[in-house]
Amino acid sequence: MLKAVIARFAQGYRTIKFPDAHVNLPDRFRGVPLVDRAKCRAGCENCSTACPTGAIGVKQSRVRIDLGRCLFCGDCARQCPSNAISFTKDYRMAARKREDLVLEEGLPVLAAALEENMRRLYGRSLRLRQVSAGGCNACEADVNVLSTIVFDLGRFGIQFVASPRHADGLLITGPVTENMRLALQKTYEAIPPPKLVIACGACAISGGPYVNHAETHNGVSGLLPVDLFIPGCPPHPLTILDGLLRLVGKIESQSNPQDSSAHRPNAPESSVR
Amino acid sequence: MSLLDDFHVKNGQKTGLSGIPTVRFDEFSRVVTESVRAGHRLVALFGMPRSAVSGIDSEPAEVLRLFAVLAHEAVGALHILGTGLFQATYPAITPACTQAHMFEREIAEQWGVVPEGHPWLKPVRFHMSHVPGRDAWGRTSRAEIAPGGCDFFRVEGEEVHEVAVGPVHAGIIEPGHFRFQCHGEQVLHLEIALGYQHRGVEPALVGGPDKRTIHYFQTLAGDTTVGHTLAYCEAVEALADCRVPARAHALRGIALELERLANHTGDLGALAGDVGYLPTASYCGRLRGDFLNMTALLCGSRFGRGLLQPGGVAFDVDDALVAELRRRLDLTLRDVEQATDLLWNTSSVRARFENTGHVPPEIAEALGLVGVAARACGLNRDVRHDFPSGIYRFAHIPVSTAETGDVFARSLVRWLEIQRSATFIREQLASLPSGPVSARCGGLAPNSVAVTLVEGWRGEICHVAITDGTGRFARYKIVDPSFHNWTGLAMAMRNQQISDFPLCNKSFNLSYCGFDL
Repeated sequence: MLKAVIARFAQGYRTIKFPDAHVNLPDRFRGVPLVDRAKCRAGCENCSTACPTGAIGVKQSRVRIDLGRCLFCGDCARQCPSNAISFTKDYRMAARKREDLVLEEGLPVLAAALEENMRRLYGRSLRLRQVSAGGCNACEADVNVLSTIVFDLGRFGIQFVASPRHADGLLITGPVTENMRLALQKTYEAIPPPKLVIACGACAISGGPYVNHAETHNGVSGLLPVDLFIPGCPPHPLTILDGLLRLVGKIESQSNPQDSSAHRPNAPESSVR
Repeated sequence: MSLLDDFHVKNGQKTGLSGIPTVRFDEFSRVVTESVRAGHRLVALFGMPRSAVSGIDSEPAEVLRLFAVLAHEAVGALHILGTGLFQATYPAITPACTQAHMFEREIAEQWGVVPEGHPWLKPVRFHMSHVPGRDAWGRTSRAEIAPGGCDFFRVEGEEVHEVAVGPVHAGIIEPGHFRFQCHGEQVLHLEIALGYQHRGVEPALVGGPDKRTIHYFQTLAGDTTVGHTLAYCEAVEALADCRVPARAHALRGIALELERLANHTGDLGALAGDVGYLPTASYCGRLRGDFLNMTALLCGSRFGRGLLQPGGVAFDVDDALVAELRRRLDLTLRDVEQATDLLWNTSSVRARFENTGHVPPEIAEALGLVGVAARACGLNRDVRHDFPSGIYRFAHIPVSTAETGDVFARSLVRWLEIQRSATFIREQLASLPSGPVSARCGGLAPNSVAVTLVEGWRGEICHVAITDGTGRFARYKIVDPSFHNWTGLAMAMRNQQISDFPLCNKSFNLSYCGFDL
């Protein structure tokens, strides 16, 4: 018992401040990609050719990146002869609409809060049921860590629950395999309305690396209405947390990238390892 | 037996397809059965359609080519053997060789050939056969296939009842279906039906490597990104005659051991949580993330995505990064030591861990268990020691074993491995070879085969890559450690209380998607 008490003191207080604190992500972290149009060479499509999932396309020298398909592997940046593509350390990229994940210019349109009636219901207490439908256990793992003492999801009034009947919504990972389609639909139906659907990770949004496989359904969108898209392969826990908090209105919308420049790379950072 | 003696391969060695001894099926079956009886282990047994076979003589009437990979860890020998099937049925190997059980079900499902006399011939992943029009169960359309839709072993009796769990479970966890036959609280039998995560990885690899190939391996089992990507890279490098620089070997080893540290630490925390001991559960939940963040320092991804590539690694480290990794390793390991020390010193935890989920060593041997689950039964089995490749040829990690085969033993082995992995990383960081971190990896040799084994954190990962006449993959077989070990979990539950299932399950912590492919 004494050992347990000593350990408790030694292990310390480990919960991060969020969303107030600036976050210190590793230098090599690949967040929101940026394209420098001035550097982009006309006629070059190396990035598009290199992309494993067709997330990046070039049309009339305009590069479009679909964060919903992006695996954040960096193959495009490595193949770009003029270093026009870079990955910022910005982890914030969850969106309410699928088309908001397609970047042509600048930063993504971040998720807006729920509509007033839904926000009144779920803004202070949101219970989610998680279903893995072909996920590789990386998205699942980084959703799971939100419940550790580091992120302490419960303090925001959000909790993962065991039964769909106790849930207000579904958080889905994986490309939705044919073998999980029925179980996913049944779980969705078991949630009392009004209900939310969150697609977490490239697989759940677009099929990810498994796009156009006969055994998968290219994500959730074709089967259920999606309220929040969280990109990444897997999304960083902070990307997921940021998305959830935006959805319930605990982080105000910053759809204009200029407003949020203070939070962008090179800003003073602290607290999170 | 002499056949095997004639044909050794090494882990990560290229061999011409025509050099693989090919025998009649009855001889093949006899050699597999007798060598397993003599101490070999069936590492892989898989089929390859005749249409994909080139560079070896195969008669037009051949329906399917079978390959077996056998390993004998005591003598460090690895063998490969082939045979041709000329009918869509053949006498099953399983009745005389338990280790073939799941492999033969897989072969039946993938290629529509029936192993006659197989004691429990059911689908493994619930998908259509890869051969149109030929199905082991006579099914003609995908609509006829329902996951978990098959007979389950049933115990009859007045007070016997059945408990069905899944595919959707109570936590944030992958899907699988568990069917318990119970008498009161006591579990008489557990049968596990998987396949819910089946994404069709193996067929998608045929014709590769291409730009998507490595991403399949990085997401094959997301918590084993480094393990599976390493097995893939070593296979490609063998087939391309690529020499990986020493510095890359060291960095790969560091990444593989960091993956082990993160998962073992997380597992010890989750085991503590499952017996209601919350201090260790909450500390280890955080500490697991600290290890993942060390991997992110290396390559930007907590799971090691993008770190390994054929030819080496994509990221180098400088002195500052090495110093930071050493600093974090020391701090984190100190806290893990304290958190796990609480486990061993708390009698209520020990009482729940000891004698729960016991697997006798002879069962572990018969099933061919691998990894932590095997070593916890006293089996001295570790790819890093028995079939070393890469950095493990130069830096040796002692094999960690325990004797009791229960939840306690599986926890203890994890803790021993945490300490040894940390020592290994410290040594590597202190003596990193200089030089480049990647070499050019060219095209693959045609009509060749390479077997690679990697000791992932769950256990032995086996990849077998076979190329066609143009150096593209004609077949790529993946065996995740979970493929061997799920049956071990079912055996561990025999005569246990059903309420101990979460604890037993966590003590194995097997992969669903790694099994389902």
